Amino acid sequence: MISFFVNGDPVDFNAAPDFPLLWALRDHLGLTGTKFGCGLAQCGACTVHVDGEPRLSCSVGLGEVKGKRVTTIEGLAPGNPVVKAVKAAWIERDVVQCGYCQPGQVMAAVALLQRNRAPTDADIDAAMDGNLCRCGTYPRIREAVKAAAATLAPKRPPGRRK
Amino acid sequence: MKAPRNASRRAFLKSTAALAGGLVIGFWLPGRQGRVLAQGAPKPPADPNAFLRIAPDGSVTVMVKHLEFGQGVTTALPMLVAEELECDWKQVRAQLAHAAPEYFHTGFGIQATGGSTSVADSWTQLRTVGAQARAMLIAAAAAKWKVDPAACRAEKGFVLGPGGRKAGFGTLAAAAARLPAPATVALKDPKDFRLIGKPVRRLDAAERANATTVFGMDLKRPNLHTALVARPPVFGAKVASFEVAKVREVPGVTHVIQTSRGVAVVAKSFWSAKKGRDALEVRWNEGEGAAISTEALRTQYAELATKPGPMARKPADPEALKAAAKRIVAEYEVPFLAHAPMEPLNCTVEVRADGAEIWCGSQFQTVDQAAAAKTLGLAPEKVRLNTLPAGGGFGRRANPAADFVTEACEIARDAKVPVKVIWTREDDIRGGYYRPMYVHRVEAGLDANGAIAGWNHAIVGQSIIAGTSFEPFMVKDGIDETSVEGVSDTPYDIANLGVTLHTTKSPITSLWWRSVGNSHTAFVMETMIDELAAAAGKDPVEFRRPLLAKHPRVLAALELAAAKAGWGTPVGKGRGRGIAVHESFGSVCAQVAEVSVEDGKVRVHRVVAAFDCGLVVNPLTVEAQVQGAIAFGLSAALHGAITFRDGKVRQSNFHDYPVLRLSEMPKVEVHLVASGLGKPTGVGEPATPPVAPAVANALFALTGKRARVLPLAATKWG
Repeated sequence: MISFFVNGDPVDFNAAPDFPLLWALRDHLGLTGTKFGCGLAQCGACTVHVDGEPRLSCSVGLGEVKGKRVTTIEGLAPGNPVVKAVKAAWIERDVVQCGYCQPGQVMAAVALLQRNRAPTDADIDAAMDGNLCRCGTYPRIREAVKAAAATLAPKRPPGRRK
Repeated sequence: MKAPRNASRRAFLKSTAALAGGLVIGFWLPGRQGRVLAQGAPKPPADPNAFLRIAPDGSVTVMVKHLEFGQGVTTALPMLVAEELECDWKQVRAQLAHAAPEYFHTGFGIQATGGSTSVADSWTQLRTVGAQARAMLIAAAAAKWKVDPAACRAEKGFVLGPGGRKAGFGTLAAAAARLPAPATVALKDPKDFRLIGKPVRRLDAAERANATTVFGMDLKRPNLHTALVARPPVFGAKVASFEVAKVREVPGVTHVIQTSRGVAVVAKSFWSAKKGRDALEVRWNEGEGAAISTEALRTQYAELATKPGPMARKPADPEALKAAAKRIVAEYEVPFLAHAPMEPLNCTVEVRADGAEIWCGSQFQTVDQAAAAKTLGLAPEKVRLNTLPAGGGFGRRANPAADFVTEACEIARDAKVPVKVIWTREDDIRGGYYRPMYVHRVEAGLDANGAIAGWNHAIVGQSIIAGTSFEPFMVKDGIDETSVEGVSDTPYDIANLGVTLHTTKSPITSLWWRSVGNSHTAFVMETMIDELAAAAGKDPVEFRRPLLAKHPRVLAALELAAAKAGWGTPVGKGRGRGIAVHESFGSVCAQVAEVSVEDGKVRVHRVVAAFDCGLVVNPLTVEAQVQGAIAFGLSAALHGAITFRDGKVRQSNFHDYPVLRLSEMPKVEVHLVASGLGKPTGVGEPATPPVAPAVANALFALTGKRARVLPLAATKWG
């Protein structure tokens, strides 16, 4: 039995340690926001957060997440300022085309901005380079990440909130 | 109520009481002239379908007959309706239509998404739907108020009448639905458009960003099984035998089924099906396909390219080249390419006692429906094909052979359970349908004045269309027009252009791939024009001007791209700048690329695009499509190649079939050309063809070397 947390809830799986996290999420928990794109850690469509770090769930075995906290796109806290900023920027910049890779893009962008609220172009390239998009939304992804970062920049003294 | 059967060549419209008292407008317009692609296309529908629903709450749902796979039709097509309907855009929703004759493409005679035609196809049809509905809503309000309809108007979802009268569309819809539809309606003058031409964000932006969209891959159904299929390792191979004992030991596997192409493993979940297929041993009779190798094709094609063959275009003077002052002979090669959409192919089928239901992202809904019906032994109307948004497609989901749909039908029929067939990325890269490999050989010459004296152009490659149901319409006198488009119909004024086509036979299955023939012909045409300009000692823009004198749209795009890119100004150390222009799908795109070479590899820094797609419906979408088409073209130009050894595809996934990554994406500037054309032309594809030649020409400017083979990564630069 392998136990871990998905979007805050404890889950138990009776499966081999190499059972891919992606298919546990999609087929057994019904969390289809995490996409299957390549199955080989090449495209980023299956990006989730494991203890806050972006991981490619197609190539993460359940054994690796034992006791850990897995967050999928469905579990992103709507009130989290980074999540709000990223989703708002994605809509405002009209990023999506087919949209299939976008959950992975959003997860990668949230992970980037959680650890770096003022990413440079090189930071964005490095953090988002593992997330393929065949529609070519890359220019707007860059814009949206920058726009989200701008909204997260401190505008008032720390400690004060709206 | 039945609509008139004999409705050809004129629009008809009927209204009927809708679900929940709303308004349903049924409408079908066969009037647009165009080539009919499908043989024996079904007759006009007896029962017209609803394009529009207005619910009591005032929400407006537009049925979108085209597939949404990134190009934004679920926003652009509702915009056409809303413009005339005068509804509140915030109340507008889009729903993808199922397969049905009333959703036929007005030019193709089948329900289809392709050729960058979706907006042009619906341009008159959906504005008319909106105008008809508006007139009926106004008539309903006028009758209720006992006033002259001419004294009423519609605005933002309300009908406004004399004396401050006001009623919402939702409250009028039921009464409007009982009124006769006006026989004719006047459509707005484009100068009065409020919505068309404005940047409108996608209706589905939030659901995509929140990942609540249900793609085919995500569909959930009761008792749904997953199937993976072992398909032939070489094209044309047949199953000789297979061992199922080890497969049955895999927990979750429920069926092992031989299909007409391979062997399917059906299981309770993806991973069980995957494990089951891994355990499956199939012995194949490989047949002649096992002899295919890219090297052998290259040799064969190069030899054919020097021989006479069927001509797609004859030169005015076949001997002109002999008198040329300067001659250039060049051979070009482009590889097979996979579509590789981000969502691997999949199709869900449920077969029931009284019919069947299918869910997939299809570009050819009624073709797939008919093929499914044949496979299942049902009448087409007993097969409900639901269109789901697709995670890309680029032509792969428009298959005259309906391969992934009929295969899923076979499996669901024989397994007698609901089945979702999923293709892995390896299945997609290895067992699929490709943009064919082509070799071009061009012999071109300049006269003493530096003008083009002659141009003999030979193209060698297999036909996408031959052997399909489209052959009677798209192959004429042995010439598949998709093999030569972009050369034989070039806008350049070259009197002595001769085009020869050698159509090779191959067991390799092929399909249209974003921009079809233009994906390779633009590369050859535009790099050769650049080469001739250099040979004539002229600037590439200057050289093109007289050749395009009769094509002002093409010339205008070229001039705009050049001006915006600073053509003629210094480009900076270590950089090269190249230009290309190409007309396709009724539109023109010119691009200027700026490149450098780093460690022998090509890096593209900036692409300035000038795009003329006629009347622009949604500039935000057009910009996105140009960016995307450039990324798609650049993926192929830099990296894309499917190659064969012993009949087997050597690539398998994104590590050996690389596509453009974010760090490789150049800055793209999109400038729209205001050509004054009063109608929309193609948007999704025309920006793909020019990028490869623009980059190749920039490489020449930088290195002095000509790029004649794609992908560029096959050559060490600098």
